[in-house]
Amino acid sequence: MTPNGWLQIILFFGIILVVTKPLGIYMERVFERKRTFGDRLFGPIERLLYRVIGIDESHEMRWIEYGISMLLFSAMTMLLTYGIERLQAILPWNPQKLVAVAPDLAFNTAASFTTNTNWQSYVPESTMSYLTQALGLTTHNFWSAAVGIALAIAIIRGIARKESSTIGNFWVDLTRATLRVLLPICIVYGLALVSQGVVQNFRPYDTAKVLQPQKVTLIGNDGKQTTQMITEQIIAQGPVASQEAIKMLGTNGGGFFNANSAHPFENPTPLSNFLEMLSIFLIPASLTATLGRMTKSPSHGWAIFAAMSVLFLVGVTTAYWAESQPNPLLHGVDQHVTATQSGGNMEGKEVRFGIANSALFATVTTDASCGAVNAMHDSFMPLGGMVPLVNILLGEVVFGGVGAGLYGVFIMVVLSVFIAGLMVGRTPEYLGKKIEAYDVKMAMLYVLIFPLSILILTAIASTSSTFGLPGLNNLGPHGLSEMLYAYTSSTGNNGSAFAGLSANTHFYNFTLGTAMLIGRFLMIVPMLALAGNLAQKKMVPPSSGTFPVTTPLFTTLLVGVIIIVGALTFFPVLSLGPVLEHLMLHAGRMF
Amino acid sequence: MATASVIQNQNTTPPVITSSGKHRKSLWDSRIVRQALIDAFRKLNPRTMMRNPVMFVVEIGSFITTVLLFRDVTTHQSSFVFDLQITLWLWFTVLFANFAEAMAEGRGKAQADTLRRAKSETTAHRLLPNGESEDVPSVKLRLEDIVIVVAGELIPGDGEVIDGVASVDESAITGESAPVIRESGGDRSAVTGGTKVLSDHLKIRITSNPGETFLDKMIALVEGAERQKTPNEIALNILLCGLTIIFLLAVVTLQPFAIYSHAPQTVFVLVSLLVCLIPTTIGGLLSAIGIAGMDRLVQHNVLAMSGRAVEAAGDVNTLLLDKTGTITLGNRQAADFIAAPGVSNEQLADAAQLSSLPDETPEGRSIVILAKERYGLRGRDLEELDAEFVPFSAITRMSGVNIGKTAIRKGSADAITKFVEERGGAVPKDVRTAVDTIARSGGTPLVVARGSQVMGVVYLKDIVKGGMKERFAQLRAMGIRTIMITGDNPLTAAAIAREAGVDDFLAEAKPKDKMDLIKREQTQGKLVAMTGDGTNDAPALAQADVGVAMNTGTQAAKEAGNMVDLDSNPTKLIEIVEIGKQLLMTRGALTTFSISNDVAKYFAILPAMFAGAFPVLNALNIMHLKTPESAILSAVIFNALIIVALIPLALRGVKYRALGAAVLLQRNLWIYGVGGIIVPFIGIKIIDMIITAIHLV
Repeated sequence: MTPNGWLQIILFFGIILVVTKPLGIYMERVFERKRTFGDRLFGPIERLLYRVIGIDESHEMRWIEYGISMLLFSAMTMLLTYGIERLQAILPWNPQKLVAVAPDLAFNTAASFTTNTNWQSYVPESTMSYLTQALGLTTHNFWSAAVGIALAIAIIRGIARKESSTIGNFWVDLTRATLRVLLPICIVYGLALVSQGVVQNFRPYDTAKVLQPQKVTLIGNDGKQTTQMITEQIIAQGPVASQEAIKMLGTNGGGFFNANSAHPFENPTPLSNFLEMLSIFLIPASLTATLGRMTKSPSHGWAIFAAMSVLFLVGVTTAYWAESQPNPLLHGVDQHVTATQSGGNMEGKEVRFGIANSALFATVTTDASCGAVNAMHDSFMPLGGMVPLVNILLGEVVFGGVGAGLYGVFIMVVLSVFIAGLMVGRTPEYLGKKIEAYDVKMAMLYVLIFPLSILILTAIASTSSTFGLPGLNNLGPHGLSEMLYAYTSSTGNNGSAFAGLSANTHFYNFTLGTAMLIGRFLMIVPMLALAGNLAQKKMVPPSSGTFPVTTPLFTTLLVGVIIIVGALTFFPVLSLGPVLEHLMLHAGRMF
Repeated sequence: MATASVIQNQNTTPPVITSSGKHRKSLWDSRIVRQALIDAFRKLNPRTMMRNPVMFVVEIGSFITTVLLFRDVTTHQSSFVFDLQITLWLWFTVLFANFAEAMAEGRGKAQADTLRRAKSETTAHRLLPNGESEDVPSVKLRLEDIVIVVAGELIPGDGEVIDGVASVDESAITGESAPVIRESGGDRSAVTGGTKVLSDHLKIRITSNPGETFLDKMIALVEGAERQKTPNEIALNILLCGLTIIFLLAVVTLQPFAIYSHAPQTVFVLVSLLVCLIPTTIGGLLSAIGIAGMDRLVQHNVLAMSGRAVEAAGDVNTLLLDKTGTITLGNRQAADFIAAPGVSNEQLADAAQLSSLPDETPEGRSIVILAKERYGLRGRDLEELDAEFVPFSAITRMSGVNIGKTAIRKGSADAITKFVEERGGAVPKDVRTAVDTIARSGGTPLVVARGSQVMGVVYLKDIVKGGMKERFAQLRAMGIRTIMITGDNPLTAAAIAREAGVDDFLAEAKPKDKMDLIKREQTQGKLVAMTGDGTNDAPALAQADVGVAMNTGTQAAKEAGNMVDLDSNPTKLIEIVEIGKQLLMTRGALTTFSISNDVAKYFAILPAMFAGAFPVLNALNIMHLKTPESAILSAVIFNALIIVALIPLALRGVKYRALGAAVLLQRNLWIYGVGGIIVPFIGIKIIDMIITAIHLV
């Protein structure tokens, strides 16, 4: 660990801290339909859109209608993407003449992008045409992010409103989130990325002569070895910058290239890397301020922000520390930090980012449900690799995905308040709303679905010698981590891969796709029901007998509940995966 | 109301309440324990167990291991001794939880038995329509029957006096030996079955059918037979069920991961892990806590009509308290003599005392006492003075004596002004000022005149009960607002409110105002508690979230409220609130404790499970438990014993302090959260040392 590394981490957090309030206030104004600076530009566009699609802007929805609208929208766009993938061979903008995407992969990818997961079981540059990338995938990057923001806003309304049966209008929220929040930022941000060297074109792939021809031995499907002399390299191109911007800002994470943000065309410089990390946390962090504003309790927003910050800093410190450690099995190799080398574990990391920025990126991308990577998590040290895994297992509530992080933490807040309320001898209240049996039921349902999907699917994969195990590239505890990570990443709608798992099989495509749909839509239903129920409640004015949700004590409790809920559920499997691997590594065994 | 409250005060316990209940028993009463041990086995019936999902899971687990144990025997498993011990301790876990519940019920039953003794069958003289009476057993009485009860007999059922006045011994239900007056009409017409008429006779209209009396309802509640889960209990149960399912999932899926890792586990070990992880501590004690809460209330001589009401008491935001009898002593007392110009204080005191000597009202007596204290004026024989007493009347609004030709009067400023002006006198300016000052400061000015001369003013003051200010401060710390209800004018009310330290007051209150106030608070989402005794309180009692009726009150009031205070002590509302809070806190504290315990159990069991296959995992065995078997067994034993260890806490409730929510939470988080993490580490280690020392494993 170096002072320079720490400085960058602190600078990163400092900037997030500074932008949270202004952007949070802006979003509050956008969704409360107050006057904002873009009214004269966006107003007419929105009205035109509403007229064309037939939306009554003033219509207010109950939670069920809101939920059904959201599900219908997601289902339609998922179908659209599936269709484009399957038909890409006969559609335009396909200079590489790529064939139609296989049904299982097309399902997996459509589910992946609809659910804001952006798990990629494929190599994009050799699978998806430009049209598929732009129309099928990039659009989803906007929509799934906008859906997340809309849901978060609906939840906040549920908390803030009293004796109201409605929580807003999904279509209006969706439109406003896209037009007034995501698009403007993306345009500026995309241009900034281009300035750093991120490409943006529709050209066919370039071919370059390699300076030093290489001999490569390939093993074919029949097991025969063939040797090939490589003299040419194909350099993929495409409209990268436009996708890159929303990929990060919308915590999507689906890379234009297989190497994702480690690819020089996606993430060429340390500055672009810094911007990409910032943009992941930008909206999720600001939504805490929006929550504070809309519920008229700004300090509650900050209390949640503080809880998230604690978990973030613990995670990044652990990851940075673990990756800075020398690998104990590399005897006789100098792994110290010097002026000319980074030291520590550089396997699977880009030299232009180094250890601090790789550890930070890995933490940020999994705290949020982004899933973009600039280094291979698979090559992290066992404990370093456990940080991203644990981040996702905690439910991605450390800032979290756009919107998803806020409503995930909302469930944790409800549970914290419930426990706290009982301990101070009152029926638990959250910002004046009584938390009763129905609310606890919905919160527990939400909490239950997550491990249900992860543990059962991982259990199936780890015991099925015909489906699950053949996909493993590593054995022992590392192999378990790979499977666990895959289902955790998909259920958590993260999309980052631990790598090491050959996931483009019927089994993995189908089960992972299902996990993504469960992790997104099955969990949203109880959460919306909870919000709808809260909106109907009376608001009790706070008294000194009410447990305040604005204090450091609340922050501590919230952190405790998040860790306990996550740790108690997943501790057994973690102890057989990364913990065991860490211990065995130090006993001299590697996988 | 004013006269009623005077008499009430003579019959109630002192206003400051001691928390020592009258029916308190020792925690481990041997009879209760014996019965509870038997009941613990009886409750193993799956249909009973199903009502408690967490413990039901443990029972199923115990059943599975028992079946497998038989397989062990037939296949001569080497692990038989270990498996047997695990199985036994799993059953103990279930039994201990059942025992806790049975203990709480047993204590409730003992309470109910005391009450039931009062319910012994009596013979009632039922009045027939023709005016004659027939003797019938009390159980045959129906609603609207009329009975006659004479001195020395027990009242056969709950009812309302429709004729007669009698003193009644209600000690059977209140524990208070002083008899109370019961008479037809007014606010003291209700009688309770099982109480005894000491003098005179009463004609009573029966107001409940057999089995539906007040006492019946209460016995059913205390015994737990009719106990329905309260809202918060249901919510907590959902949380516990959710946690149980999550842990079930974690354990069930652990086997595939173990198989993948080539370290499969036996069912005994897996069930042990499951039982240790699910919240058995709170699951096993939850119903005991609920029953004990009701029981605690009864110990304070309060009967609740439902558990819901007790829970609501903990949530109360606003407390409505009648001024008279609750905040102040029932009557005003003389506090000072302010003489008119040219009159000495002693002269004034003399006149005031003379006018008050025959006056039996508390106000009058307090003047006599003050005169004696201040100026050593002794009582004089009025007959010697040839004095004639003029009692207070609503028309003259004065009272006093006529000694010979001299008329001494005391009364309101208006009345005395009129009195002296009729005799050609006038009220001096200084006296007028004194009258205004007293009125403004919340007192009642009583002007004294001798003939046409105004002697001065007696300052009558409402005396706030001792310790009330501190109690209200405590309530404020708990986040509860107190509102004083009084018929006084706003000026007087404000002064008393300030002195007593209540947060707000409602002056010149009529019953409708009270009702409106409750509704207004409720529309703001607040929960309101109040006490009441009169029939005119009934609508408000029914509207309030927690309505505590005084036992001395009317039947209508008792039926409208959801609690009855047998001691008829309005201040007890504060204790009821504390009991409600304590009930919730005990649940919250034990839930936190239960979940925190899991951390240590993981560190005991997980390395034990997998250290065989992966010796490096012994690094997680931070307690250095001897062997894998001893580690698992210790965790299971700890898990079972902790239930027994916490039974006293569950029955007594966690200590409640009137602190703000934040401070309280911090305290409880330290004790039950952090404590809950640390305690099992120590406990499991000790058990491990013991069982390895005596070679159980």
